[in-house]
Amino acid sequence: MLGEGILKGLAETARNFVGSYFSAERLTTVQYPEQRIAPIEATRDFPFLVYDGADWEAGLRCVACQICEKECPPKCIYIEKSTDKKPDALGKPQFYPARFDIDISVCMSCQICVEVCPFEAIKMDTEFELSTTDRFGGLLYDRKELAKSNEHYHKIHPTEAAAVDAHLAGEKAKADSKAKAAVAAAAAKAAASAAPPAGGGV
Amino acid sequence: MIESGIETGMAGEKKPEGWNRPPVIVPDGEGDLLEVAMGPHHPSTHGVFRMDVALDGERVIRLKPVFGYLHRNHEKIAEGISYLGSMPFTDRLDYMCPLTNNWAYALAVEKLVGQAVPERAEYLRVILGELTRFQNHAGSIGFLTQEMGASGTPLMYAFREREKILDLFEWLTGARMMCNYMRFGGCRVDATADWLEATRKVVAGLPGFVDEFEQLLRGNEILMARTQGVGILRRELAINAGVTGPMLRASGVDYDIRKVDGYGIYNRFNFRVPLGDHGDVYDRFMIRLLEMRESLKILEQALKEIPGGPVMDPKAKIRGFRPKPGEAYGRIESPKGELGFYLISDGSPNPYRYRVRPPSLINLTILEDMVLGQNVADVVVIFGSVDIVLGEVDR
Amino acid sequence: MKTVEEIKAAIEAAVPGAGVEIVPNPSVSGQHSLRLEPSHAVAVATFLRDGLAFDYLSNATGVDWPDKEIAEKVKVTRTVTKTVDGVEQAAEETIEEIRKRVEPGCLEAVYHLYSVALKEGPLTVRMRTANRTDQVELPSLTPIWRSAEFQEREIFDLFGIVFTGHPDLRRLLMWDEFKDHPMRRDYVEPDDFEYEPTAHDQVLARAAAHRAAQAAPDSGQEGTGAGQ
Repeated sequence: MLGEGILKGLAETARNFVGSYFSAERLTTVQYPEQRIAPIEATRDFPFLVYDGADWEAGLRCVACQICEKECPPKCIYIEKSTDKKPDALGKPQFYPARFDIDISVCMSCQICVEVCPFEAIKMDTEFELSTTDRFGGLLYDRKELAKSNEHYHKIHPTEAAAVDAHLAGEKAKADSKAKAAVAAAAAKAAASAAPPAGGGV
Repeated sequence: MIESGIETGMAGEKKPEGWNRPPVIVPDGEGDLLEVAMGPHHPSTHGVFRMDVALDGERVIRLKPVFGYLHRNHEKIAEGISYLGSMPFTDRLDYMCPLTNNWAYALAVEKLVGQAVPERAEYLRVILGELTRFQNHAGSIGFLTQEMGASGTPLMYAFREREKILDLFEWLTGARMMCNYMRFGGCRVDATADWLEATRKVVAGLPGFVDEFEQLLRGNEILMARTQGVGILRRELAINAGVTGPMLRASGVDYDIRKVDGYGIYNRFNFRVPLGDHGDVYDRFMIRLLEMRESLKILEQALKEIPGGPVMDPKAKIRGFRPKPGEAYGRIESPKGELGFYLISDGSPNPYRYRVRPPSLINLTILEDMVLGQNVADVVVIFGSVDIVLGEVDR
Repeated sequence: MKTVEEIKAAIEAAVPGAGVEIVPNPSVSGQHSLRLEPSHAVAVATFLRDGLAFDYLSNATGVDWPDKEIAEKVKVTRTVTKTVDGVEQAAEETIEEIRKRVEPGCLEAVYHLYSVALKEGPLTVRMRTANRTDQVELPSLTPIWRSAEFQEREIFDLFGIVFTGHPDLRRLLMWDEFKDHPMRRDYVEPDDFEYEPTAHDQVLARAAAHRAAQAAPDSGQEGTGAGQ
């Protein structure tokens, strides 16, 4: 019969139309922004800097090694190293970024900066509703706007943050045990040199 | 009409001069030809693409494609950044299929340095590659019918399934489209058991969708009238013009790089390669539909057999990667055709020469031949059957 | 697939005087290439397509090898006149000089061939121009493999190799009036584009220099411009 193919197609669309009143799966449109989909945990939008503790300046993990700046493909990161040092989580004095700018109008969310950072200092945020009326300055984030706490990181990427915390704790434990061993060795050496040598010149 | 592979211009068969040039159509009306610039602002040109068409009434006398509107000189950018830094840019070549672009680049670099890939990573690459192929073919068919005036209904059906696949990509790689997932020596992160389970559920629902899609479209009289016998491409010309992918197989040539090169672990999977009889638009549409079913077969097998283990070679370097001097050409069967990367290394961390062999651009070589002599209404339909993405054509 | 040595032998047997040489590839990929003399390239390509069944040209691209400055130490023996004990004598002197010479670069077209009939490949074939400035012609392989049509146009556009015998050689990706060839190693980007301020000092410095250059010729006309 002429038109049979078209009628079969119309039956298909009719089934979808009527079905959308009965099955939620057939009704696929989400009325954004009144309705929102729950964000997927691994999603990545733009980078942010992680800080531990309450003070963002003191707890900032970044040591301004500039590896992320070098590896960033569209070159959207701009870092200026500080001239002084401050102690990091392991107690070692490290530089810190006097200036850390990310131009998010250039950033392409490739997350290579996260991959290459040796200090777990930069991670990907999940915020995407960032539109602003200032086309240039409004999309250039400085280190104050980029710094977010470790608690925020746990909220947006719980599994990833837990793994990072475990890794950092492991590193701290290794550093602590090394320090303790060094102290014990130094004490042993001091004790050995303090004891009078046998038959030493009297 | 499917001949054996021997009669393709091999020894002895002399082809006449100019056999692979476009035919010369003589206009039969009087007066000037009507010159139309279709594009670059055009809803049906799959991006910013222009076709300078000269018409005699409704018949196409001459067609010259013009592109370069999306040229970002990706090849020169790659000479200025490291090998790893080019990976996110490859996502943006054929932006409908970012994971297969990643795979092709990773394959070329692995060929250059002789890097081995762990088994679990190969399985993940196949799973993601076939999911990409599925959603690309669904979208391509949807766009083809959209251009014929179906007002987006089949397109939205395809996109409904595509959304499920993109959600899987976001779960695994972090981004729906610009995934940046493959690395030289494996994949960036491992897939959890939950992700594999969710993928199995999605893949279990897809054959029903393909049935639905087929019922919607295959017997449709309007579709058949507009696509059968339109835009015929004969096999010798297809091979000589470097056409690859579903377009080549619709012309009856049995050449699927997954079977020919057997890259990755494709020779472990049991799948067929559908071939066309006529080389017209309807064949290309049906080939894509059938390839969607074959992709589902591969997916079911891969999801069942995927082993445990690492997904990244522990000796592979992420930073400070300096391949020894030399060159390599690596290619895969992307959903659009043969996607190849040609790399020349001079021992420095940046490539000396980085070349993308874009299937969409090379498939466009033959657009003129297919369209000449046909009506202008067929131009968009034939062009839609080539299935191009401007990000790849222009790079 | 035949090795490059076997293919070279077959070509030399079929096309006498072809001028084929093997370019070894140090990478582990093992894809060695054959370098063709441009004068016989069309005949060799026809033999490759018809005689050896390489019916599918997959990739055609260009490579820029810029001029190289080489500094060499050369021992030079010269005859000089020396005054010894008030008497002028001719003596020989050997000194070491550092001579700098420029090895001229070239542009190269690289083709990757496969065989669909025999499911073989890849065979890499190359052709080099004489230099980068005035002798940049190479024969076009488009009459043999249609897939070279757009790719050779792109090589012409981005590198500047002129393909003789190409049916329609004009720019492909850049617009027709564009000068210069963007993929060359010595290409200088134009700075007359709209810039967006970022913290990157390179961009800022370039934009400042550009604005200074623009302000200098403009300052003479500012009076007339502002009056409108």
